[in-house]
Amino acid sequence: MNHQPATTQFATQDDGIAKGDVLLKVDNVSLAFGGVKAITNISFDVRKGEIRAIIGPNGAGKTSMLNVINGFYTPQEGTITFRGNERRAMKPHHAVRQGIARTFQNVALFKGMTTLENIMAGRSVHMTRNIGWQMLWRGPALAEEIEHREKVEEIIDFLEIEHIRRTPVGKLPYGLQKRVELGRALAMEPSLLLLDEPMAGMNLEEKEDMSRFIIDVNQQRGTTIALIEHDMGVVMDLSDRVVVLDYGKKIADGTPDAVKSDQAVIDAYLGVAH
Amino acid sequence: MLYRVAGQFKTSYKADYALFPVRQDAWLLTFILLLAFVVFPMTANEFTFRALLIPVLIYSLAALGLNILTGYAGQLSLGTGAFMGVGAYACYKLVTIFPEMNIVVAIALSGFFSATVGMAFGLPSLRIKGFYLAIATLAAQFFLVWLFQKWAWLYNYNASGAIQVPNISMFGVPVAGPNAKAITQYYFVLGIVCVVTFFAINITRGRIGRIWKAVRDMDIAAELVGINLMKAKLLAFFVSSYIVGVAGALFVFLWRGAAEAELFDIQLSFRVLFIAIIGGLGSILGNFLGAILIVALPVLLGVVPRMFGLPISSAMVEHLNIMIIGALIITFLILEPHGLARYWQIIREKLIIWPFPH
Repeated sequence: MNHQPATTQFATQDDGIAKGDVLLKVDNVSLAFGGVKAITNISFDVRKGEIRAIIGPNGAGKTSMLNVINGFYTPQEGTITFRGNERRAMKPHHAVRQGIARTFQNVALFKGMTTLENIMAGRSVHMTRNIGWQMLWRGPALAEEIEHREKVEEIIDFLEIEHIRRTPVGKLPYGLQKRVELGRALAMEPSLLLLDEPMAGMNLEEKEDMSRFIIDVNQQRGTTIALIEHDMGVVMDLSDRVVVLDYGKKIADGTPDAVKSDQAVIDAYLGVAH
Repeated sequence: MLYRVAGQFKTSYKADYALFPVRQDAWLLTFILLLAFVVFPMTANEFTFRALLIPVLIYSLAALGLNILTGYAGQLSLGTGAFMGVGAYACYKLVTIFPEMNIVVAIALSGFFSATVGMAFGLPSLRIKGFYLAIATLAAQFFLVWLFQKWAWLYNYNASGAIQVPNISMFGVPVAGPNAKAITQYYFVLGIVCVVTFFAINITRGRIGRIWKAVRDMDIAAELVGINLMKAKLLAFFVSSYIVGVAGALFVFLWRGAAEAELFDIQLSFRVLFIAIIGGLGSILGNFLGAILIVALPVLLGVVPRMFGLPISSAMVEHLNIMIIGALIITFLILEPHGLARYWQIIREKLIIWPFPH
């Protein structure tokens, strides 16, 4: 068996930004749905190569923030600067092309498709052969399919989901579905990966696995990660910096230790140990 | 026992991407093609060709077109009959304006007309989904049939208002019109159906097929993996209407011989939709199984009792047909909402592990 460890196979995304520089910058973003203000005047940045956590109580605007970043919502005010390009409005599929991928709070897989197809679908952005070649399934179309299949198999190896390759994802247990969804996001080869509660509803073992995958993705691929999570143990262990939202406003921003001892954060979200 | 995948190892992704990764499937297909290309033509008479073989193939093709739109891309459409009409009328205009044009070219081109029309009527799909989209395509259905009746240029100002297929030869052999032999027409239709099916299989298992299925399963997630929804939906309408249009051209030119606008009314749309649903949405094989059931059953009902000497009136056949088809549709949909194709899948899975239950 010429099986290589996954560590050597991952290519690091090269987006022209040195590690530690600002990859994504959110400037004074405000988002309202009619009279409801979801996000008020928030600014923060995500540096290349870090794991950035966004935390806060329910309804604080965390998911809205992710939706603004990947173009699903257009904020009324403020700008997003990603890899040096400033913008406000953007179609989600353009954001993907620029290198932003995400997973969802509620698993949003393509239920009728197998694990393999789901992850292959994540590579759609990188595939270019036109319908003429596709019809023939020969030459360039087949070569492209195989080339991307190899990349997808790397991800399948990495996430240890070989055995469910051909299983329709609708039949999989929740923890594995979350893993497939991470795989699909990885298949896009993002430079910024947005994870919306990757560990929601998981048991301890699944959480540990998922944490390990997130750290590996960050360290081996050099992928920058912004994640929303409610498990404070996980957040404090994984993340390099944390931003805390409450009622659509930013109340703290800093290292996990600094945030943990911030009185505003304790009052709004963490509470005190009894 | 005959159906085993054990021992068939794949050592490359290329081998894994073969049309039939399981050897027995390839044998089965060879067997079916042998039947279709050699055995049927040798044994069938004029009636079998005209009443059974040719219509089954043409309806399969129409259902395949619809299945790409509804089964793969998840966009419900009730305009299939009208899009078939566009293909048929376009083909009629092409062969009457350019009589020297090869019939294959004319049919291939007429598909582009229905594809364009289908795409135009697919535009509402960008904003509306599901049943509401079905209603929007219903508008196409009624509008186009009305157009076929009122726009006299389409049927060359015939007094009858119908289109009559002229005699058309290819390489000296008559293939369409009153002079054509059934066996020639059968081979002609079979050839086109095989080629289009091959293309359709390839499209649906590649990148474009995955994009369509992604749009079908969850359009928001599809957009967030970088799929341009507008392009994907319009492409589905285009490809689907193209195949439906080709089926429509074959329907009139290689089977009916003549057509008036009413032929393409909502009944035809529903018939094709039933075939696709009973056969199995999201499958290629299902279209053929569905067409065999829906088209061949009435014919068999008329023929088989007489073979056993049972006197049966044609009115009786008609009534029996309606009752049996209706009952079958309900039974199948209750027992297996995914259609006949799913049965085949289940049979395969069972055969692979037979005689063990797991």
